[in-house]
Amino acid sequence: MNTNEPAVTIAFYVFSALTLGGAAGVVFGRNMFHAALFLVASFFGLAGIYVLLQADFLAVVQVLIYAGAISILVVFAIMLTRQVERGNEWNQLRGPGLLLGVLLLLGLLFVLTGTQWYTGMGPYPADTVSTLARQIFGPWVLPFEVASVLLLAALVGAIIIAREE
Amino acid sequence: MTVLDYLYDLSNLVQAFANWLSTFAPGWVVYWVVGLIAVATTLLFAVNNTLAMNYIERKVIAHFQVRYGPNRAGPYGLLQPVADAVKILLKEPIIPAVADRPVFLLAPIAAFVPAIMPWAVIPFTPQMMVADLNVGVLYVFAMGSLATIPIFMAGWSSRNKFALLGAMRAVAQMVSYEVPLVLSIVGVVISAGTLSLRGIVEAQAVPYVIPQFLGFLVFFVAGLGELNRSPLDILEAESEIVAGYHTEYSGFMFILYYIAEYTHLWAYSAFITTFFLAGWRGPLLPPYVWFVLKMLFVAFLLIWLRATMPRLRIDQLLSLAWKFLLPVALVNVFVTAVGVFIFG
Repeated sequence: MNTNEPAVTIAFYVFSALTLGGAAGVVFGRNMFHAALFLVASFFGLAGIYVLLQADFLAVVQVLIYAGAISILVVFAIMLTRQVERGNEWNQLRGPGLLLGVLLLLGLLFVLTGTQWYTGMGPYPADTVSTLARQIFGPWVLPFEVASVLLLAALVGAIIIAREE
Repeated sequence: MTVLDYLYDLSNLVQAFANWLSTFAPGWVVYWVVGLIAVATTLLFAVNNTLAMNYIERKVIAHFQVRYGPNRAGPYGLLQPVADAVKILLKEPIIPAVADRPVFLLAPIAAFVPAIMPWAVIPFTPQMMVADLNVGVLYVFAMGSLATIPIFMAGWSSRNKFALLGAMRAVAQMVSYEVPLVLSIVGVVISAGTLSLRGIVEAQAVPYVIPQFLGFLVFFVAGLGELNRSPLDILEAESEIVAGYHTEYSGFMFILYYIAEYTHLWAYSAFITTFFLAGWRGPLLPPYVWFVLKMLFVAFLLIWLRATMPRLRIDQLLSLAWKFLLPVALVNVFVTAVGVFIFG
């Protein structure tokens, strides 16, 4: 894919607008259900950007996990919450919330400016799936297994908490 | 090439047209025109199948129940779906006064999109497909996982208790059935060694329905759950919750749900054909004819099930998914992996 093609540029701006607009909708929307839908739109826009970056596996997994599964989790939370349409009340936590938000922004800016962004690193691999698999199940197998065990522990813990005596 | 060659694989026809076009048009025009032809034919095929399925289903079920079915409009009642489509398009679309209006209007469109997206990777012949992704299988399931949200949007925004009940059932059911559905295809992917749909068909010297019978069984049943087809159609059980999530929809908004449901159904038949019935492969007849014949066979199985099986209860439905389909799918993955490790 030639990234200088006008169609690719237009697609990039469309997906960026979808991602950022969706994220803005999540933050500023007062209706919880609408916020969840904006979140799905934002996930979808991000998947489009991955496609433009030729990260096909990442794009598909983004849709499968985030737009498909995480959003369902949010929907479950909405279904199980009373009077969800009313949204959050204003409360005493505005000060600490602002502080945390600014700290997070500063941290992200620090990482953004401190990272060396590689560009134009040779040809793009033809088959991303097997390349990723060789990496995950080769040099990185231990972190992968640790993450799996962590998820399993969380699953077992959730069952123990939810189980009725 | 002779006329027979063109008829044997219709993409040769498009290729010839592209060659003729490129004699005087710039490259990007050819690219867009050919792309649009591919997308338009796939879309039309997918949507027109709704009309066909409407007729086939009513006729076949009628014969199961020893009656005639539609036989007034046109020869053998063939024009009945057309008459029904015109009738329903002329009906007034009613929006409830208390509905969440933007979400209510967006939901039918959002339901249609994930139904149409998987058609991009279906290989009718080695060439007749819009895109041969090397993550094709994952793409199919990613699009399938998007189908739940629009159903919940419809049920939630209608402000109707039956619609909301239907939507809640839909979320519970589709989440449960997605797990065994994805696991059941892992055996096929391990055997074929690729995630590309064309690669999977090309790997099937023997149709995978024989070596991967357990996987086929789980995929077939879990697919019924994902499609919300009878006997697993509790989310629109008309004897309990009116029409489920689309209770408040009428006119062309209802027809969008109808088309989405049948487009899903045909896509599911196409995926069973691709994954388990060796896709376009078969003697004598052109590849796409084989593909469509196999799709029709799967669709007939679905109608057969609907005509014979009673509807399951919600607890039976969920325990079927978690206590039967999931363990069987895991056993299938394990056995296939060991088999491929030893013999492959």
